[in-house]
Amino acid sequence: MSERILDIKNLSVTFGGLHALKDLNFHVDEGEIVGVIGPNGAGKTTFFNMISGMVTPTSGDILFEGKSLVGLDPNQVTQRGIARTFQNVRLFANMTIAENVMVSQHCRTKQGVFGSLFNTKAFRKEEAEIRAHAEKVLGFFGSRLVGYRLEQPASVLSYANRRRLEIARAMATSPRLLLLDEPVAGMNPKESAELTELIGKLRSEWGFTIVMIEHDMNVVRDVSDRVVCLDHGETLAQGSFEEVSSDPEVIEAYLGRPLEKQT
Amino acid sequence: MSMATHVDDVLEEIEEVARGAFDLNWQRVLRFGNLLGLALVFIALSGMPVSLDKREVIDGIISLGYLAMLVFPPILGWTVGKEVVLEGMTATKRGARDVVAGFMVGALGGVWVSILVLLVDNYNLRDPLVNWSPELLSLLSFSESVGFGVVAWILLCGVFGAAGAALHLLTPKLRRAVISMILTVVGVSIFQSLIDDLVGGIGESIADPGRLSEFFGEADTPRPRVDSVFDGVIDFIYAQRGGLTIAGAIVLALIAGGLSLSGRGRIAKAKASYNAKTGPERTKQTAIMIAVATVLLIVLPFFTGRITQELLANVGIFLLLALGLNIVVGLAGILDLGYVAFFAVGSYSIAVLTVENPPESWPDWLPTLDGQFGWLLALLITVVLAGLVGLFIGAPVIRMRGDYLAIVTLGFGEIIRILFLSDALGGYFNAAQGITQIPGADFGPLGVAHGTNPRSIFYLVLAFAAISIYVSWRLERSRLGRAWMAVREDESVAEAMGINTVNVKLMAFVVGAVLASFSGAIVSAKVGSVFPTSFLILVSIIILVVVIVGGMGNILGVLAGSFVLIGVLGGPRQPGLLAEFSEYKLLIYGALLIWMMLQRPEGLIPNVRRSRELHQDEFLQDAWLKGEVDTEEDDETSATEVAPA
Repeated sequence: MSERILDIKNLSVTFGGLHALKDLNFHVDEGEIVGVIGPNGAGKTTFFNMISGMVTPTSGDILFEGKSLVGLDPNQVTQRGIARTFQNVRLFANMTIAENVMVSQHCRTKQGVFGSLFNTKAFRKEEAEIRAHAEKVLGFFGSRLVGYRLEQPASVLSYANRRRLEIARAMATSPRLLLLDEPVAGMNPKESAELTELIGKLRSEWGFTIVMIEHDMNVVRDVSDRVVCLDHGETLAQGSFEEVSSDPEVIEAYLGRPLEKQT
Repeated sequence: MSMATHVDDVLEEIEEVARGAFDLNWQRVLRFGNLLGLALVFIALSGMPVSLDKREVIDGIISLGYLAMLVFPPILGWTVGKEVVLEGMTATKRGARDVVAGFMVGALGGVWVSILVLLVDNYNLRDPLVNWSPELLSLLSFSESVGFGVVAWILLCGVFGAAGAALHLLTPKLRRAVISMILTVVGVSIFQSLIDDLVGGIGESIADPGRLSEFFGEADTPRPRVDSVFDGVIDFIYAQRGGLTIAGAIVLALIAGGLSLSGRGRIAKAKASYNAKTGPERTKQTAIMIAVATVLLIVLPFFTGRITQELLANVGIFLLLALGLNIVVGLAGILDLGYVAFFAVGSYSIAVLTVENPPESWPDWLPTLDGQFGWLLALLITVVLAGLVGLFIGAPVIRMRGDYLAIVTLGFGEIIRILFLSDALGGYFNAAQGITQIPGADFGPLGVAHGTNPRSIFYLVLAFAAISIYVSWRLERSRLGRAWMAVREDESVAEAMGINTVNVKLMAFVVGAVLASFSGAIVSAKVGSVFPTSFLILVSIIILVVVIVGGMGNILGVLAGSFVLIGVLGGPRQPGLLAEFSEYKLLIYGALLIWMMLQRPEGLIPNVRRSRELHQDEFLQDAWLKGEVDTEEDDETSATEVAPA
């Protein structure tokens, strides 16, 4: 078994009297794709917010590559190598597509005021590298986000392409662990099938370890090595997709709700 | 088919008959008429007509005081007939109906003034309304009887309203010519002092080329005034006691009308050809334009008189401030209402560092600074100090967002001013007495830039404005600039994408503080004294208005804003071109700001992104029409709609 990249121990968070997450234990191995499922309000997004530093846990510990992430600011977490996307697409809508991806390389680059004022050689080199990396990342999604699109504002993109740009922006931070929050929400079956394939490539070609929240069970089944089901902030079941999907508790948690209900 | 056309014609005719000249949208007429009335009464009671009556626009015909009121009926008369014609709609036929509507609006406004005339005649409300005076009565009744005034205002406003509405009847080409005639005549008259100064200066230089050889030493050996070669022209256009002569006005109107009719579209064509260019060709043309502008600016002060130089220096000082604030507000999106603090720090530190006699209660434990620093070294120290103050103020403030941040910066702006005034720090800075006799900026062999020689200050300002513009331009297109933009768009996401928002925002604060300290240093050298009262909150507000009106986040916009607001209207203490209006400056600022926010919230020369943000719907519609909106060309089954941001 390969090395543990993320190890979460007895993690809890309470908002007032509400236990959003209760005593959660969870781990991700290097190179794994883990699917997180659960009914609405199960605490999945809170779980992501906690890993990415936007919410501080009440107790417990998050170890990333053996070192604790608790108490770090979101930008420090990103610096350490965890990038995320947002469930309700949050692009920089008035920046161009290229700029959206260029700006997220901020923590991997370092030219400051001096370099830009004097247009130094190092500054020009770094700018060219940022640009090249941005185009490479965007090229991952075929021809949709490159070419004349590069200089267009993100606001003209269709919904599916906004989702793709979100993933590209997270990829550009050069993470080791990628957190995808409902990557195929709002896409049609053909698009989600295509994206599922791309998620597989994110691991095989780019070497990212991936944790993915998803409601679309087809996608979860197709790419996940392991599935974790959360409900009311607790782990209900974990294991292979077949194990989890046949678990009576999971079926009970979902029973009476339309499975495809999207948020 | 001809049958159908015939039916259409008949129907149209019937409609025309049914909608006779008096078939107006009375509700609209009433609304605009009352609006006009309110505006006129407000202007009359603000005292503007009386105090501006002495200033003639066209000698013997109309004074600035009357113009201040009579400018409104044509505008509202025009507005009442305006309609929005959307795609697929046919515009209403223009005709007598429009003129009648314009007349009605004007007359209704005139009725309000007439009522005011009667009230002023019969009651004395001078206690709350200071301008409720006999002078106002005599002005409003045209120095005739009250009855004459009552009738005259209704008719006059009606006729002016009708004239405004009649513009709808003209073809666009003619309309543009008429408008440019009116604007030229009024503009040439109002900007008399500038034109006099400029034309006189050039004329003198031509008559006596020797004065071009002077540079910084002008103050010591002023050359005797010589007759400008253009004196004849000036005398022809301008009357003895100010304002245009009738003949001059007619000639100017003819020239303007002729130019407008013959030259229409040339500017638009040049602009289109510039915009069509791309890549190196465009860069080349931009470089040529910048070079030409630079040469013009360098040569300009040789030809202009002191008034123009002084004016341009003031514009430049506020331009520096506005450029700095533009980085903070326009790029990084931090609404800083206490920006004047950095201006104050710049002014005071250079003053203390260069002044020869130290402030009275300068503490013993500090080395006496009797002006042993050169100006440039002092400037360097000032810049470092301003940067430190930027960090010091920024650090506690920067973790707040939005409205809270604005209020806290407002507080810090006042704190800095009060510190300079207080016992705690006042001793070092002479408190309310301020620091005086500050020497000018000494550049060794190049000379000393001081307020007595506006030309030297002009060059000083020009140099620093060039530096500031370069800094803004470079930073906007760098890694830091992108990070500022991201923070402005969505701070939490920017942070999640690995941007240290605290550092990035502090950087904006520091760069802004440094640019403001340039301005402060120049002001100290120019005026030769600093007082705490020069750094009121009003200064912060005016700089912010310059940035907003000009176009937030755009260097050209900030330039335009400084010229329009500071150059034309004047700064908080500095007179502008409209020196006559200086008493009503803030009134005009306010009115302009409200109008801008309603009609053009993105500013005079907007930043592309910001106007896109403010007009998201129009922009997307436009992009859709041009076929640029993403419609998933590779997947026909997907949704083609564009979700709102």
